Amino acid sequence: MTMSPNEPLLDATSAPLAPDVSEATESNPALLSRGGLVARRFFRQKLGLLGLAALLLLILAAFIGPLLDHYKYQAIDENAFLTGPSSAHIFGTDAIGHDVFAATMHGAQKSIEIGLLVAVFATAVAAIVGAAAGYFGGWTDRILMWFVDLMLVVPSFLIIAILSNKFADNWILFVLLLGAFIWQITARIVRGQTLSMKEREFVAAARYMGVSGWRIIMRHILPNLSSLLIIDATVNVSAAILLEAGLSFFGFGVKPPDVSLGTLLDQAQTAAITSPWLFYFPAGFLILLCLSVNLIGDALRDALDPSAGKAQ
Amino acid sequence: MSETEKPAGDGERLARLRRPATAARKAAAPPPPVEAPAPTPRPTGTTTMPPVGGDNVLLAVNGLQKHFPVTQGIFFRRQIGAVKAVDGLTFSVNKGETLGVVGETGCGKSTMGRLLTRLLEPTGGQILYNGHDITHASTHQLRPLRREIQMIFQDPFSSLNPRHTVGSIVGAPLKIQNIDSPENRRRNVQELMELVGLNPEHYNRYPHEFSGGQRQRIGIARALALRPSMIVADEPVSALDVSIQAQVVNLLSDLQKEFGLTYVFIAHDLSVIRHISNRVAVMYLGKIVEMASDTDLYEHPLHPYTHALLSAVPIPDPEREQKRDRILLKGDVPSPLNPPPACRFHTRCWKAQEICRQTEPPLLEISPGHQVACHFPEEKDLVG
Repeated sequence: MTMSPNEPLLDATSAPLAPDVSEATESNPALLSRGGLVARRFFRQKLGLLGLAALLLLILAAFIGPLLDHYKYQAIDENAFLTGPSSAHIFGTDAIGHDVFAATMHGAQKSIEIGLLVAVFATAVAAIVGAAAGYFGGWTDRILMWFVDLMLVVPSFLIIAILSNKFADNWILFVLLLGAFIWQITARIVRGQTLSMKEREFVAAARYMGVSGWRIIMRHILPNLSSLLIIDATVNVSAAILLEAGLSFFGFGVKPPDVSLGTLLDQAQTAAITSPWLFYFPAGFLILLCLSVNLIGDALRDALDPSAGKAQ
Repeated sequence: MSETEKPAGDGERLARLRRPATAARKAAAPPPPVEAPAPTPRPTGTTTMPPVGGDNVLLAVNGLQKHFPVTQGIFFRRQIGAVKAVDGLTFSVNKGETLGVVGETGCGKSTMGRLLTRLLEPTGGQILYNGHDITHASTHQLRPLRREIQMIFQDPFSSLNPRHTVGSIVGAPLKIQNIDSPENRRRNVQELMELVGLNPEHYNRYPHEFSGGQRQRIGIARALALRPSMIVADEPVSALDVSIQAQVVNLLSDLQKEFGLTYVFIAHDLSVIRHISNRVAVMYLGKIVEMASDTDLYEHPLHPYTHALLSAVPIPDPEREQKRDRILLKGDVPSPLNPPPACRFHTRCWKAQEICRQTEPPLLEISPGHQVACHFPEEKDLVG
């Protein structure tokens, strides 16, 4: 139901007849749509706002930062091998003269794209498959769960490694590939929760009113599982970044000279103590990214859950 | 309970519903394409029992059955039995009356309610609503029927989606049936909220901010949204405090007088049933054992099971309470998976004879409007 808060709530003809109603609606701060209510509850939370601001800053830095720096991430400065942070290279350089700032920012672009998209994709698939299996039951359930179990026993790392060679230049396909292997466990949890949710009377009430199955899933079941789904999505962000880093370490996924935060960390592992700037700048960026996503997730969960006290 | 929950039953609030706003809405919207004539002038609430049968019958049920199959096996599921939750019910409900249905837990009351509203598909028998057979109506065919029959659910804590605001819960039936523009709908919802004694200001609140009684009022407002002719109430007050129960029951009877509603009221509390019903059906293990007008049933009960139920109703008079003898039934309710043959009550009946184990007593009309299924019906004064 969409409604703008500033339109007249009662027209002139009915207003005098309904003094109670008109008084009530006028004293009500706002008659908002559900989206509006959630947004208002979200923006009341300081930590969530902090996370949102941090994420926006990180995205801004990752995509605008490289433009401000006059070094390119694959360019080699032959006058500065393995130097610490200085005015010329604010994050320092690595052993062959790559600018660490340029590399971190470029790597962050890749990791943000991969992390966020994979998380959203995997959680969405898990929610839809799990809820459909649980709600419709019968053969839908059997076929979907059979598929989920199959995907769970298949050696996912190997398949991603083999297929990612083909998809390496198309990062959207790479995102789908990563996402395709991390949704199964959540789908099983969602299915279980749906089985108990569909016995609740409000689902019976919706069914009684003639709401279709998919609409019940979207409007009644998934919103009640939002806490689970949001936590899953935030965990998936870091899981996807780490999975991508692991793949890149073995030479799949992001290929040199292209870099991601994962490849940078892998390369810098051995140098973490001797030349810490190589390790700590990308690592710090990764931690900030995961932290801000988690803060946003927490705030969103409280905003969506009407009984959570924090967002009142 | 907060101060916002007003006591039910002030005529002023009810009168407000007849405001031109509502009338204008009804005039503006074209009459819905229902098989049954939608704008039927509904009869006002009747206190006397209308004659059974004839044109007055709104809902007729004939041999209604619901057997839930019990299966075994993983690959090849075979049926090893059936839970006979409802096993052959025949009754009718007249326009404007309240049919109370009582029985102990597991006797099939709720299943019956869900069959009447077609939340469940009957496995046998026939349901006629206003002369139309709705026994096996498809989802599509049921759509217009949803405006006519509504349901109030038992548990006010699970019947409201915790993630939806009161406004969207009460407005959902209007939205699904595509009635009104969003602005009109909101006004309607606020009227409904007021009608059931909720503060319309609380339009944007979530269910968890309300008490049990208020939540049940939200459920009632949702059921009333489409101005139905009939409401099936599945233990609407069982989950509430006794003091709140009275308020909600009174609200329901006020609404019945106001709109000429027909109720099928399922409960296990005999005093609540007596308060609201015109006729009462007593169920035992999926069958009706006795059906009569409320005064008849409470003053001249005939079936031994009814005697047992009535003897458990507390009497607020210590002298009389002490003098009467309580009938304590022995044993548990037999499993509906394998109900006793013939008379289902014979395993716990103190009057049981050989015939009770051999032949099933049919539901016979003993006196006008009083039906009983017993080989040895006998009057017994239990409530006084």
